[in-house]
Amino acid sequence: MATQHSRSAARIMMAPAVILLLGWMLVPLIMTLLFSFKKYLPMRGGDLGWVGFDNYVRFVSSSAFWPSVSATLIIVGGVLAITIVFGVLLAILLNQPMWGQGVVRILVIAPFFVMPTVSALVWKNMFMDPTNGLFAHLWKFFGAEPISWLSEASMPSIVMIVSWQWLPFATLILLTAIQSLDSEQLEAAEMDGAPPIKRFAFITLPHLSRAITIVLLIQTIFLLAIFAEIFVTTGGAFGTRTLTYLIFQRVLESQNVGLGSAGGVYAIILANIVAIFLMRIVGKNLDA
Amino acid sequence: MGQIKLNQVTKSFGDVQVIPPLDLTIEDGEFTVFVGPSGCGKSTLLRLIAGLEDITSGHIEIDGKDATNVPPAKRGLAMVFQSYALYPHMSVRKNIAFPMRMAGIDEAEQNRRIEGAAKALNLTDYLDRRPGQLSGGQRQRVAIGRAIVREPSAFLFDEPLSNLDAALRVGMRLEISELHKRLATTMIYVTHDQVEAMTMADKIVVLRAGFIEQVGTPLELYHNPRNEFVAGFIGSPKMNLIKGEEAQKHGAATIGIRPEHTDVSKTDGMWKGTVGVAEHLGSDTFIHVHDTGLDSGPGDMVTVRITGDIEAKHGDDIYLTPQLDKLHKFDAQGLRIG
Repeated sequence: MATQHSRSAARIMMAPAVILLLGWMLVPLIMTLLFSFKKYLPMRGGDLGWVGFDNYVRFVSSSAFWPSVSATLIIVGGVLAITIVFGVLLAILLNQPMWGQGVVRILVIAPFFVMPTVSALVWKNMFMDPTNGLFAHLWKFFGAEPISWLSEASMPSIVMIVSWQWLPFATLILLTAIQSLDSEQLEAAEMDGAPPIKRFAFITLPHLSRAITIVLLIQTIFLLAIFAEIFVTTGGAFGTRTLTYLIFQRVLESQNVGLGSAGGVYAIILANIVAIFLMRIVGKNLDA
Repeated sequence: MGQIKLNQVTKSFGDVQVIPPLDLTIEDGEFTVFVGPSGCGKSTLLRLIAGLEDITSGHIEIDGKDATNVPPAKRGLAMVFQSYALYPHMSVRKNIAFPMRMAGIDEAEQNRRIEGAAKALNLTDYLDRRPGQLSGGQRQRVAIGRAIVREPSAFLFDEPLSNLDAALRVGMRLEISELHKRLATTMIYVTHDQVEAMTMADKIVVLRAGFIEQVGTPLELYHNPRNEFVAGFIGSPKMNLIKGEEAQKHGAATIGIRPEHTDVSKTDGMWKGTVGVAEHLGSDTFIHVHDTGLDSGPGDMVTVRITGDIEAKHGDDIYLTPQLDKLHKFDAQGLRIG
């Protein structure tokens, strides 16, 4: 394919980019590892020397650790379930020929363009506010007692906000997948006597399986790291403290860089466990 | 079992009428071919019969029962699609079993029919493969297998051979004809290829722009085309259609003579021309003769067919004599005279 000369030239040409990217990844990673073995309190004495695995033990034994892991998994799981189920339904709906299709499609995709901070604030103040929010007015209209969403139903609220943000992404990917379905297959199934529900189950859903896998993988990566939505709504209170948020609190609120770094290493491990787990379940969908 | 009757059937998409009122009867056990140039409405007509499109007005009768508003699955028809429409995530066995599974036929009977179909179609070794691992011809056979196991009252084929290469096409053509002889079930076959129509059909329906131009056996259409369109469409190479002075001599607006009904001589004959391209097939030779002085389209070209071989080089003079008893005459409206 290429001569020895052009290959080594290519290596030299690519080197700056590779070194930059590698450095971008390795420097923070190594610094995190380094800090995690140190007692480092910036406002209270700075670098206080090596402490071995002390930070790791303290981070796990803290009462906030396991609740934060479960909060993370509940949010990720809840958002994935909602976005995929509604994503498939919306994709099927948007695939039907209808009046104003183009406009509707743009409207559906719009939430994805809103910054997480902004959308969380909009939800918090316009919808979920217990006195002035739209939901409060709706509840009052039907004579019910308004719910103070973010304190009484904090977890469902956050799942709802994040789902709203990620639904367009899922819909978009699934819509393009559904558009590539050969209509003759559906017609053949219709001739073969399959009613609409079975056509969906036996033809459309298997066709979408690869797209669903992609949505699952990409969303998991981003959802493990959600932060802004929690920061501007509950601030980690009412059981919504995820692992990411706990690390943030350890580093910035308690000013304990060493402890937070140890948490960061745990987060890396958790993300990898989830990734391996997902790959196992869905990976076979990708090679077919 | 298997008689299909169309009564004043029409189909419009919006304001565009693609099928004007149309009557047609397909007898039980008949192999009927719908043939016509692309866009003539033949596929639409097939889809109307299948129930995949709703008819705008008129009636469809299948097995003597009104099927106009019956959903496709209940019409007892099986269809083989141009793209085969196999289910890519299912094995061949599951593909073939799918219609039976939907109909709730018990497992033992399903397996019996699958084995039967696989044996008849040479698919036994491939039952556990996915459609993606099969060749074009094998996929085609799976699609036919999926149709057979339903034991339908009629088969519908929508250009099933157009995705195959030429050699396979000839083979599959024979297999489908064999299948028809064995099952003796009504088959409706859509194609734009008149060779497929001529070789397979009991009855050919020639369509143009939704109108039926002629219905008849292949040889009826060959010997007695009802109009210029059918004359030009049926037969290969195409019939030479000659207008103008030469046609008036025979008392017609247009005369038609098939390439195989023209005698060729290097010394004398009725028409004189120069040899253009000569296609040597071994058994036959097609010669495209230019500058004949006849009004037969661009370049005044006439095609002739000679059995065997002939020494003819590009640019040679050549003489043609039509066999006058095989001459077709058409009037100004393109309809056959006499």
